[in-house]
Amino acid sequence: MSHDDVLNPKEMPHEPEKATHEGQNKFLGFWFFLGGETVLFASLFGTYLALNESNAQDPTRSEMFGLELVFIMTMLLLTSSLTSVYAMYHMKNNDFKKMQTWLAITVFLGLGFLGFEIYEFTHYIHEYEFTFQSSAMGSAFYTLVGFHGGHVLFGLLWITSLMLRNAKRGLNLYNAPKFYVASLYWHFIDVVWVFIFTVVYLMGKVG
Amino acid sequence: MSTALAQKRGLGAAIWDYLTTVDHKKIAQLYLVSGGIFFLIGGLEAMLIRIQLMQPNSDFISAGLYNEMITMHGTTMIFLAAMPLIFALMNAVVPLQIGARDVAFPFLNSLGFWLFLAGGLILNCSWFLGGAPDAGWTAYAPLSATSPGHGVDYYVIGLQISGAGTLIGGINFLVTIVNMRAPGMSYMRMPLFTWASFVTSNLILFAFPALTVGLFLLMFDRMFGSAFFDVGLGGNAIIWEHLFWIFGHPEVYILILPVFGAFSDIFSTFSTKRLFGYSAMVFATVLIGFLGFMVWAHHMFTTGLGPVANSIFAVSTMAIAVPTGIKIFNWLFTMWGGKIRMTSAMLWSIAFIPTFTIGGMTGVMLAAAAADYQYHDTYFVVAHFHYVIVGGVVFGFFAALHYWWPKMFGKVLNEKLGKLAFWPFFIGFHLTFFIQHFLGLMGMPRRYWTYQEGQGLDLGNLISTVGAFLMAIGTLIFVYNVIYTAMKEKKVSGDPWDGRTLEWSIPSPPPFYNFKQTPLVRGLDPLWIEKQDGKTGMTPAEPLGDIHMPNGSFLPFLMSLGLFIAGFGFIYQVDHKGWLALVFIGMGITLGSMLTRSLKDDLGYHVHKEELEEGGGNHES
Repeated sequence: MSHDDVLNPKEMPHEPEKATHEGQNKFLGFWFFLGGETVLFASLFGTYLALNESNAQDPTRSEMFGLELVFIMTMLLLTSSLTSVYAMYHMKNNDFKKMQTWLAITVFLGLGFLGFEIYEFTHYIHEYEFTFQSSAMGSAFYTLVGFHGGHVLFGLLWITSLMLRNAKRGLNLYNAPKFYVASLYWHFIDVVWVFIFTVVYLMGKVG
Repeated sequence: MSTALAQKRGLGAAIWDYLTTVDHKKIAQLYLVSGGIFFLIGGLEAMLIRIQLMQPNSDFISAGLYNEMITMHGTTMIFLAAMPLIFALMNAVVPLQIGARDVAFPFLNSLGFWLFLAGGLILNCSWFLGGAPDAGWTAYAPLSATSPGHGVDYYVIGLQISGAGTLIGGINFLVTIVNMRAPGMSYMRMPLFTWASFVTSNLILFAFPALTVGLFLLMFDRMFGSAFFDVGLGGNAIIWEHLFWIFGHPEVYILILPVFGAFSDIFSTFSTKRLFGYSAMVFATVLIGFLGFMVWAHHMFTTGLGPVANSIFAVSTMAIAVPTGIKIFNWLFTMWGGKIRMTSAMLWSIAFIPTFTIGGMTGVMLAAAAADYQYHDTYFVVAHFHYVIVGGVVFGFFAALHYWWPKMFGKVLNEKLGKLAFWPFFIGFHLTFFIQHFLGLMGMPRRYWTYQEGQGLDLGNLISTVGAFLMAIGTLIFVYNVIYTAMKEKKVSGDPWDGRTLEWSIPSPPPFYNFKQTPLVRGLDPLWIEKQDGKTGMTPAEPLGDIHMPNGSFLPFLMSLGLFIAGFGFIYQVDHKGWLALVFIGMGITLGSMLTRSLKDDLGYHVHKEELEEGGGNHES
């Protein structure tokens, strides 16, 4: 396939992310990468579960955590996963403008999530003096949830750069796999959050 | 971009070529040279350890320096010597064995190498900047979390960076093997070395992130005041042991499986027979990889996990002996009735079988949890893991290097010198480590700086040290052989061993695009099948056409350089916050390079059909 066919395809196939050999490699490679990320988060979850009652002088989990804010955050992130699905749907129909629009909505929802998370952390720090250093549970909590937050931030920067870079030239077989892989990453972040919501907040409140 | 075919001249151009290369064959050379140098450094550390232990009450090196020596010997050998040498072999051989023109991610392949090198250099900088890590290669908390100075900081940062490189390399080979196989190369026709590389890459993918997390926790405790391992604030040091061994036990299979694969190819080639029990060998490889994840707590029998956990992990550990036994017998049956050629590669492989079997046997002894309370942290353990790691992995490297050297460099390593290196190393190895089983059973603990006179340990330690010198002599003869071969030996054909697999169907060293035409694979040992049909080479699966190749790039080097700089910032910001500037500069370089990579189009180039017909053909150059 010549470079011109990749950058200016005469017609877009239905699955542009897997139309080139490089695209297929990226697709598969990214799935493997997410497999490794799963182990990374599993290790962090394991650490948190081992330390979630080691709060030393800090308040216990059920004293601190409030489900209202976390519920809103969950809704924001779950919705953003849905909007990224819409974006990919429009990518497959070769409707670049709609894809960009839905990606922009995804980014805004992600930003909202991140804003609430920062608020939540500062709240714990100022209200309860519950910090990264105040107890083993604090270290484990901020590490697990913070790693996830870091992933969200990275994902936002990634998707935004892709949108800006390709704003003028539209979809082609070279950038379609990049958009697709970024959306996979975004779903993965969402899945991890579902587990954080359950293991950290629900079990922290009830367990 | 036909300039890529033109030969560049001059030292500067050659260095630039290696700094920017994405060619898996050149990356293999980079891994081989740097891994080889780290192997010599690790060996030097081993010699200093053995000289210190040669006599009782010795003060050849101080107790503190001794701790640094044992830590750096283990860390260097596992992470900076064995891992890159594994990747050197995988890069040199796997794409050729599956009939691919390149790996799936040439850019990431190069990034993996430079990250490994950056991490390795950081780790070894510690020697000159206030002292090396001294908490043992396993860096158990709370010792590692509280060890004064910056030694362990170097361990944490160095391993974190090189570990990221390893993970990237693993993903690259997974996708390469799944997506890049030539027509007809089904999974059950892949050579055993490729199979083993596939399983090893899986293990890397699922084991290394646990180490990543462990290192992050230790880093946070040491540099940012968290309390994971601080019992006073509710921390728990056992978490480190679990995370380290959830990574650490698969790691030993990451090291041994590729050389198992290499042995399989070597036995088959030099017995002039197809591998006995091919499908059983594949099954055993996969099973070892699978079970490798279920045995980590056998390193922790004395931690106090309780009899139930200990029993479960004892049984799963013993179970691994079964697939390993399948492999040992299949190698023996491969030789059975074969036309055996006693080359240096074969010599190392045959020596491996009894040596590794002894190591496996002591492994089963150690797996008996109750008995392990006696063996734990004695020289018995040291003897055991050197029997499997040196007797398996190092013997395997020597065998594989002899076997694939002509493919990598176009020359066969001198056979006389090869055998001359083998005997002192082999005899020296058993002299060094066999006696250590008994030193351990007599109660000599590992990692102790010295021992007292009159406890029956003097003679054994002296013998062990003498053996270590013999191993050093063997290694030096091998190094001399490499230089001698490069200077004196003649170029050989692409197929000096009468090979069976695809890598022997192309010239040595191969052209940068490997296969002018992708070969058609008709079965296991594809080249052998064609030879049996009276042909001299593979049947092409496609007409001659343009070949798509990736562009070289300087970005992988830059990304790694950024992390190298940031690493020092992280280590020293504990002393003075001004060092955070280095973190920002370094991370800026790395993230900026990543952004450039993401946003700048890089579609590679084509080697045109006409150029292939003219010069860069598949004939001998």
